[in-house]
Amino acid sequence: MTAMTRREWLLSDRPASRRQARAGQAYRTWLTFRTNWLAMVGLGIVLALILVAIFANVIAPYDPVLGGDLRTARFLPPMTGDHLLGTDDLSRDIFSRIVHGSRLTLMVVVLVAVIATPIGLLVGTTAGYFGGWTDTILMRITDIFLAFPRLILALAFVAALGPGIENAIIAIAITSWPPYARLARAETLTIRDSDYINAARLQGASSARILWGHVTPLCLSSVIIRVTLDMAGIILTAAGLGFLGLGAQPPQPEWGAMIASGRRFLIDQWWVATMPGIAIFIVSLGFNLLGDGLRDVLDPKARK
Amino acid sequence: MLEATDLHVTFRSGGDTVKAVRGVSFAVAKGESFGIVGESGSGKSTVLRAICGLAPTTAGVIRLAGTPLAAPRSPDFYRKVQMVFQDPYASLHPRHTIDKVLSEPLAIHGFDRREERIEEALADVGLGADFRFRYPHQLSGGQRQRVAVARALILEPEVLLLDEPTSALDASIQAEVLNLLDRIRAERGLTYVMVSHDLAVVAHMCDRLIVMQHGLAVEELTREALAAYRAETDYTRKLLSASEGYTPAEAP
Repeated sequence: MTAMTRREWLLSDRPASRRQARAGQAYRTWLTFRTNWLAMVGLGIVLALILVAIFANVIAPYDPVLGGDLRTARFLPPMTGDHLLGTDDLSRDIFSRIVHGSRLTLMVVVLVAVIATPIGLLVGTTAGYFGGWTDTILMRITDIFLAFPRLILALAFVAALGPGIENAIIAIAITSWPPYARLARAETLTIRDSDYINAARLQGASSARILWGHVTPLCLSSVIIRVTLDMAGIILTAAGLGFLGLGAQPPQPEWGAMIASGRRFLIDQWWVATMPGIAIFIVSLGFNLLGDGLRDVLDPKARK
Repeated sequence: MLEATDLHVTFRSGGDTVKAVRGVSFAVAKGESFGIVGESGSGKSTVLRAICGLAPTTAGVIRLAGTPLAAPRSPDFYRKVQMVFQDPYASLHPRHTIDKVLSEPLAIHGFDRREERIEEALADVGLGADFRFRYPHQLSGGQRQRVAVARALILEPEVLLLDEPTSALDASIQAEVLNLLDRIRAERGLTYVMVSHDLAVVAHMCDRLIVMQHGLAVEELTREALAAYRAETDYTRKLLSASEGYTPAEAP
């Protein structure tokens, strides 16, 4: 199949199979997304993060944990020898640490998304669809979680469970689902009395089938947008916990913890804290741009 | 076949109560086409919604083939009674292909031969097989309403509830959809209950009708009486003259 006919196959008005209809829909979304160059930059940054995390062993020239000679290789400024971003107080190559730290960042982002999104969706759609007491109880629980400042609640969890990157992830996930539940509930309220949901009821569809097959697909796009936009905040919270010494533990190359250890030398050896800071900044920016672009493509209300 | 006795529907929200239907009785025989007409807000659509369980029945009984209907309705009820909604732009799920729309009721009720049934249902409403994997936004209003009719018919119901099935369509397509509904009823011996504000449509489709105003049935008419303008109440006469169309006031 040549490129031209594949494009025609995807954009056909008369798809001949389920697969073609779905692929065509995805391709149209991609075509709209592609016109937004800022969103493409965001996508590029996120893809780069994923690639760097996968190939960290290949990319990183030095070991992220074992440093070099403490007498000669401490605090080397950027571009000294083959230390692209310099070395830190334990003679470790900062570039290698940042590259390996991308794995931790990506793990935090993915695990929080995988834990928090389904909880938020389930609670929100259930509350919105059933209404009444179910709604009241579920939304008051959500309110309770929303009333805590995020970092403080995460701090309490980490204090109870012990410091470590896994507990930091659990703590962030537990504190980040309530906005998704709110969002999913609001979306559900607008569609639960629509004719197509009534039509599904009249076909004898069970509540579970309606929630999963009819309501969730319509809530999903706005929740995905929100999760993507929140990713920057999640990375920052993880970094914040690391900075406070409650997230990743030394010698793990977590970006927040790297900033914390570089803080002491900020005046004289600025690069030790600055380089991981720039990494956090770039990745957060990438997720924000991607989320913004996704909103333009997926959110029917924002469509021009 | 379908019988409502002294049907009341009252909606409560907060301190407000709205008595949408206040004691409506009618009986529809098997194979008959029955019409409910009235102005906006007369409670005619609410009667249909009460029959299929979407609106609460506050008093009165609805019987299907002699047995009173339980709330919530049983799965068996949905096999026998299906509904076509007013607005074809709102009654199809925007993220489901036509294929998904038609295959879901078959999956819920455990039908066999699903592929063939979907193709037959599409052919029955005059849509080709190449419509099968399209999304609703790729269809016109008339095509969407055909899909909605196909969805209602795919479970092989005995009673079809039609809630102003053509009022959202433009005139040329209205006739197409009405002819389609007429043909299907003749072929399958279905029982229709049709709600409309358009007397011309009801006169074309229905053997018998009731006229509703403010939640009450004010008059029952046959098609012949309607054609001969033998209306007994002022309200029906007003509806009749309104359906003649716009008549300009005479110049003074």
